[in-house]
This record gives sequence, structure tokens and C-alpha cells, in this order.
Amino acid sequence: MGKNVKVNVEYLTRVEGHGNIVVNVKNGQLEECRLDIVESPRFFEGMLRGRSIFEAQHITSRICGICACGHTLASIQAAEDAIGFEASEQTIKLRKFLLHQENLDSHLLHIYLLVAPDLLGVKSFVPLIDTHNAVVRRALRMKKNCNTVCDILVGRHVHPISAIVGGFTKLPKKEDLDAMLDLLVGMRPDMDATIELAKTLKFPEFARETEYVALVSDDNEYPMYDSGIIGSTDGLRMDKHDYKKITNEFVVSHSSAKHAKASRQSYMVGALARLNLNFDKLHPKAKAVAEAIGFKPICYNTFLNTAAQLIECVHSLEDSIAILEDFKKNGVNQAEAITVGLNENGVIPVKAGNGVGAVEVPRGILFHNYEVDASAKIVNADCVIPTSQNVNNIEQDMKAMIPQILDKSEEEITLLMEMLVRAYDPCISCSAHFLNVKFVR
Amino acid sequence: MGKPKVAFFDFTCCEGCQLQMANFGETLLEILSLVDVVEFREVMSEKSDDYDIAIIEGSITTPHGVERVKKIREKAKVVIAYGSCATIGGINGMKNNFDLDEIKNYVYKDGAKHFKTLPTRPLHQVIKVDYSIPNCPVWPPEVLKVLKAALSGLPYNVPDYSVCSECKLNENECMYDKGITCLGPITRAGCNSWCINNNNICYGCRGMVSNPAKNGQMDILEKHNIPLEWVVNKINMYNKPKELEEENKNG
Repeated sequence: MGKNVKVNVEYLTRVEGHGNIVVNVKNGQLEECRLDIVESPRFFEGMLRGRSIFEAQHITSRICGICACGHTLASIQAAEDAIGFEASEQTIKLRKFLLHQENLDSHLLHIYLLVAPDLLGVKSFVPLIDTHNAVVRRALRMKKNCNTVCDILVGRHVHPISAIVGGFTKLPKKEDLDAMLDLLVGMRPDMDATIELAKTLKFPEFARETEYVALVSDDNEYPMYDSGIIGSTDGLRMDKHDYKKITNEFVVSHSSAKHAKASRQSYMVGALARLNLNFDKLHPKAKAVAEAIGFKPICYNTFLNTAAQLIECVHSLEDSIAILEDFKKNGVNQAEAITVGLNENGVIPVKAGNGVGAVEVPRGILFHNYEVDASAKIVNADCVIPTSQNVNNIEQDMKAMIPQILDKSEEEITLLMEMLVRAYDPCISCSAHFLNVKFVR
Repeated sequence: MGKPKVAFFDFTCCEGCQLQMANFGETLLEILSLVDVVEFREVMSEKSDDYDIAIIEGSITTPHGVERVKKIREKAKVVIAYGSCATIGGINGMKNNFDLDEIKNYVYKDGAKHFKTLPTRPLHQVIKVDYSIPNCPVWPPEVLKVLKAALSGLPYNVPDYSVCSECKLNENECMYDKGITCLGPITRAGCNSWCINNNNICYGCRGMVSNPAKNGQMDILEKHNIPLEWVVNKINMYNKPKELEEENKNG
């Protein structure tokens, strides 16, 4: 006899933003399966119109508190592309360093505070304060370290202050480099302990072949910031200016929402996608960790996105340390610091244009696109967020997984569905200002 | 007496101010030893309808939000507006610079009909608020100050003098002397001039002082040949929803 299952998770917890999961199985047949985005719309692209391109970073950073540095960097890259400004080598290096801090911070938050409670069988990190006190303290300590590094470099992690179009308003001095290096080198033992913990965690078994999309590169650097080439495991390869061909949206018959698809029904972005495309370019220590925890590309188990994040943490930490050591050796040219404001003094030449930023942020590839007029005022804006690109793939995963777990209790099915969505580390407040949103009331 | 029960709620926002809590590091455990957090959706699955203090992030932008925040007010003994979106409307208020239908259609096109949206309002325009912590994002030392006040039943007032007073103490070079527009002269202090310390300008994220030195500001603009329009444009980034109060006063 067929089974009836109804899962209705309102206000999914331990994710960023507001989403609901709806699953409806009747007589053993999957009738309905959705991730609804119920976040209030925020209209960022609309609000940007008429604003100076020199304000874009400040505004779009506020799309998301967790990936504020990622939005900042995608916004700056798009703005500079639009007005034809080329950032210095030092600036680009510092931006890559900043992106590493965000990757570390965001991944650690996801691994420790959002996912670990599921794998340890509790509802949140709060009960862990009593049962796993050292683990909670380690998590908070590591997070605080990333934050302090951002405080030193850009004033703060949530909505960074000194990273702007043109470069940095403030540059790290020798004592700043020393302080950041101390913090990051000091994180190594905690990172080792995190890896040991990860070895003991059991992720659910699940596999579904899909397409993975991320930045790719022609050199040996693990591409996060400026390769400008989008690639996929189905063999797509294109310039970042053609991003709309990848994110092309389509209307699904059962809803007015638009979803993203590239070569097939859906695609995934994020740490797992990056590892599946660029594994060989990781720092050797990160590759060693992958081997130790048994991760091999190409990996089709979505739940292992969390493991992929841990591997990236090691990469980001080690590459950050290498960047700082290099700055310590060669120095930071303080003369490059700029004060721009609204570009009242015309320190940066502007022209009309259309620019794209394509940056790998913790949850996957993020696109910002601005069209500006001759006075560098924004005429049109478009931001395509990783979670928006993932929503379709999440639903395909849910559809594939439900029939495999129908023998479980409704409670267990609900938990597994929540864990599946959480594995993507979805950032719903990010995605909700965007066209690709399903809104159900 | 048991520990006070605290619940976190978010409305229209980026959730960065909630994240600032996690950014306290191990200090967070000290805070958690003084209160009993019963709901915090971003990092906890536990939920509860029984709480003493509601810490609310985000602004009110939908009919559903109005209903939900009113219910929270009924249950909570103390409401803390947390962050710029909750205290002054913040960046979300930029929406109010546009015709609502026009901006909705621009962003959501055919999907626009699915979205109900209202002009952006800070919490105090919808419910009674007991404490305010402005800033985008909240400044951790001020969060601790307000939490201490709320837990001991003492009042907390957001400073009503300008960011310039703190900026001067920090010995920053004035942005206007560099020929750059800055909202420091009309913005409430209390952030220790966070942005200017990092060589950026003040964007006015803490709200405006109640009695700005208008003549002084006009003199500065004249001296540096900066059009008033630029300043107004900046004010409309975080402080646009304040107009809704003035409309009410006048009407």
C-alpha cells in the first residue's frame, strides 16, 4: 500500500533568510515538492537606479550580512569594468585576501553552527554549549579570528568600510600585517581540530548527477576573484560578460517563478561545484585534507558540500597566510590608499559603459552587472545570487531523494529534507530581491 | 527569579546585525549565561512563544510584517529595535524614493503581481519600541550597553549630538577639508565615527540628530562648493522613511 507523507516546514531554521519546504506524497507518489522563498522582496536593482556607481558597493553590500564582502567585491569589479578602471596588482591581491576571510568565516559558521547540530542530533549549538563546550568555544574563537582580521583590513566584516571602487581607503601597515598573520597562523591548531571533528561526522548517503558551475581559469590559481571565465562540468566555457547565457531563466508551468538552467535541467554552484571543477588547483594542504576525509572529485553527494567547504577553509587559510607573508616581504605601498567619496574631486576618470563582476563567494558564483551613463550614474542593475541559481537544483535533489527515504518516519523525512536544503548553505535574503523567486502565500 | 527569556526576530533586512551577535566570539557565551535565548531562527531550530525581551531586526515592508510585528509586541515585555533597518528604515527605505508599483515592475516584471509591498517603515512607526540600537551593522559596544540597560531596567538614549564630536576626538582629518561630502555633521553619534576612522565617509546610518546645525552645514557646503542636492541624496539613502513621520505631523 502506498504511503502518505506531508512535510510542511514553515520558516526553515539555521539558514540565512526565510524559506519554507513543502513535500506532499500521496499513495506513495510524489505529488508536490518545493522550496518556497517567502523573504520580503527588497528591490535592490530598482533602488540602485540613479545612484552614483561610487555608491553601488555600499548599497549592494547590504543585500546580505553574511556575504557582505563577496557582494562588495562583485559590485566593485562590475563598477570598475563599467567605467574602464583597472585596479592595481596590490589592490587585487588584497581583494583576494579579503575574499578568503569571507570564505573562511562563512564556511565555519555553516559547518559548526548550522550543520553540526544536525549531525550531532541536537536542535542548535545552544545545547552543545553544555555537551561539547570546547567545540563551541573553538567555533566562536575561529569565527572571531576571521572577524578581527576583517576589522584590521577593512574596518569590519559585516559591510566592510575601506574596500571601494578604485582600491582601499586605508591600507594595512606593518603592525597590521603582523597582527593579521598572528591571528591566521594561530588558527592552524583549531583548523586541525576541525578536520579531526569532520572525520567523525557521518553525512547522509545520496547521489544525483547534475551540472556544476564555477569560475575556471587557464593558470594554476584556484579561481575565486578575477579569472573572468565561467565553466561547467558539462563542458561549458564562456566569458563572464555572457553570464546570462548560463543563468538563463525559464518559467516553470506550475508557478510564475523563473529558475536557472545551463546545459541540463538544473545546475549547482558553491564549494562542491568549485572543487568538482578546480580540485587540482587547491593548496596542497587542502588536497591532503580532502584525501584524509575521503573526498574525491567528481562528487555528486550534495551533503558533502559541507565537507567541500571545510577543504576550502584550509585552502583559504593557507593562501591567506602566503599572501600576508608576501606583503611582509615586499611591503604595502601606502601611496595607493585613496579617498573617493562620490568622486567629487574626479580622482577616478569615468565614462559610460556596461560592466560585469563574477566572483566566487561562499555559496557559489555571484554576478553583478551595472550599466552606467557618462556621469557614472547607474541606469540599469542586475544581480544574480548563488542561491537563486541553486533553488532549481535543490528541488531536483528533493525529488530524487524522497522516493529513496519513503520508508522513514515523517519526522525523519522532514529532518533529511531540512538537512538537504541546509547543505546548500542557502542565503535566502540574498536571493529574494531577484527575479528568480517563487513566492507562495 | 529565572533568567529573562530573549527571542530574536528578523523582518526585511540582510541579517547582518544578527550575525554581529555571533561575531562576539566567546563573549557570546557570557551573554548567553545571563539570558535564556528561546528563539533565534538564523542559528537555532528551537522556537517559543514565551519571551520577555524581543530583539527585532529589519524594517516593516509588507502587510504580513505589520501583523507579525504587532503580535510580537503583544507578547514581549520589552522590544529592542536592532540595527538601522529596524530603527530608521535603513537601506530598505531607498525604495521609498520610487513609485512602489514602478520599482516592483522593474525588479520582478511579470512576477510583480505576487508581491505585496508597503512603503518601508522602521519599527517605531508601527509598534511601541522600548530601546533602539541603530547602525548598519550594529556597533558591538553599543549592543552590550543597551543589553545591560534593558536587563537592569534602565533607559538608554541614542546620543543626540553629531558624529563629528567623536570624529574630532579620534583626530580624523575632516572629509569636507578633502572636498568630500560626509553626513557626520547631521548624524547621531555613538559609533565612535567607525567609517571615518577607516577613511570612508559617514552615510548617516544612525539617523539624524533632532536639531541639526543647519546654518553651519550650509556654510560648510558653500565653503567647499558642494551642492545641497548631494547631501539630500545621501540623506535619502538611510533616512528616507523619516519623511513618513513628518507627513503625519503636518497632516
